[in-house]
Amino acid sequence: MEKLLNDFSVGLFFWQTLLFVVLLFLLRKYAWKPILNAVNEREDSIKDALNSAEEAKRAMAELKSSNETLLNEARAERDAMLKEARTVKEKMIADAKSKASEDAEKIITAAKESIQHEKMAALTELKNQVAVLSIEIAEKILKDELSSADKQKAIIDNVVKDINLN
Amino acid sequence: MKILLLLLFVSPLTILANADTEHVSEEHGVKSEELSEEDQKSKKRKEYINHHLLDAHSFTIWHAKGWEFPLPIILWDEGLHVFSSSKFHHGEAVAESKGNYYKLHHEKIYKTDAEGTLVMDEHHHPTNAKPLDFSITKNVFTIMLMSLFIFFLFTRFAKTYTNNLVPQKGGKFLEPLVIFIRDEIAKPNIGEKHYKKYMSYLLTVFFFIWFLNLAGMTPLGIGVTNNIAVTFGLALITFIITQFTSNKNYWGHIFWMPGVPSPMKIILAPIELLGVFIKPFALMIRLYANMTAGHIVLMSLIGLLYVFTNWFAKGAFLGLTLFLSIIELLVAFLQAYIFTMLTALYFGGAVAEHDEH
Repeated sequence: MEKLLNDFSVGLFFWQTLLFVVLLFLLRKYAWKPILNAVNEREDSIKDALNSAEEAKRAMAELKSSNETLLNEARAERDAMLKEARTVKEKMIADAKSKASEDAEKIITAAKESIQHEKMAALTELKNQVAVLSIEIAEKILKDELSSADKQKAIIDNVVKDINLN
Repeated sequence: MKILLLLLFVSPLTILANADTEHVSEEHGVKSEELSEEDQKSKKRKEYINHHLLDAHSFTIWHAKGWEFPLPIILWDEGLHVFSSSKFHHGEAVAESKGNYYKLHHEKIYKTDAEGTLVMDEHHHPTNAKPLDFSITKNVFTIMLMSLFIFFLFTRFAKTYTNNLVPQKGGKFLEPLVIFIRDEIAKPNIGEKHYKKYMSYLLTVFFFIWFLNLAGMTPLGIGVTNNIAVTFGLALITFIITQFTSNKNYWGHIFWMPGVPSPMKIILAPIELLGVFIKPFALMIRLYANMTAGHIVLMSLIGLLYVFTNWFAKGAFLGLTLFLSIIELLVAFLQAYIFTMLTALYFGGAVAEHDEH
């Protein structure tokens, strides 16, 4: 302890304290304040940036979920439209089919009718032709038969014979 | 408890230091010729270590080569006396200033007559009058240089923030330290609410002690922090700031401890009051003792390098010296940290608001 007191230098203490206090005030003004302010500012800006990033993330999630619902709605709508289109298509096909078969029926019926008609006309024509030919043949045969007096007499005999029978 | 530990720690050191000086002063009486060569060497080494630890009135760069420069001597002795330390010729000559005569003896300035006679007492201490010595000694000079260095270092560091908020170059190293002091020392010990007003002091004291400790590690022998006057100055500022920024809870805890019976309050008051002074005293002694001890151990080991002639022993001591130097580098930081940390703790006690008792 005696050595400590003996070593104690008032001058050194005086200068040390004076220099330290001066250094303290100078550093406070020119170093610590700007440094700590800058550090705080940076930390605040980092905090803000992190917060805004979080905010953006949340907004993104929100957007995503709304997108999802929108997409789902669109999908449902599309499905409904497709379904409707399919039914319409099926109905159209069915309608067309029934109409076609109806038409075909009609055409067939008309064709059948006209065929019948043509057939009848052809038959009548044929009958007429046969009748004309028959008359011509009968005429030729009669001309032949009645060309001689014998033959005329034979015929009259035949007819008279028949009358007799009656 | 803390004080007890402290005393345990300091006592061997002071004994050692005292033993050294006694030894040296004893031998002063003996004529040099009567000592053997080995004893003379040993005596010189001891003197060198002591000399190295002490403050000096001139700045020695390399003792053996005599590389040194004088520093101004400023005395207050019924008027201001300013002259160069070269006038003393290392204590061999008598310096004259404004009709007064002064002599340097063991780095202390005594007022003498024109012949420079020193009247010694039985302990070989001069009984002459001592003028108030405000000289720019080696330590004061070192503090000035270091303060300038710290000031320019940190103002330059602060300037790098003007353009962007990211630390540049050296700031990358200094900024984590600043943030460490704020987040690991100031905030937990003082509290989020009050820590801001103490930041300047904590930062200054930390870098001041650390840089001066490191300066003491250089072979220039400028161990400023192993001077009791320096640590006393620092501890005194801590003490003053603690007392002047304290709130009523702090004084309440000292004089009228809440939550204990009244008779206990009366017993506790003087103990607590004593604690107010012991805390900064412990700060002062801790830094001084740690730095002094480190220097003595290191220099003793270096001294042993010269004592042993065996090359194997020399190698071993060299290795040990290197190892301890690294430890001392760590201690330089650690002591700055502990001083700052305890200072913050005392500040925290002064502004604590909640009644935890």
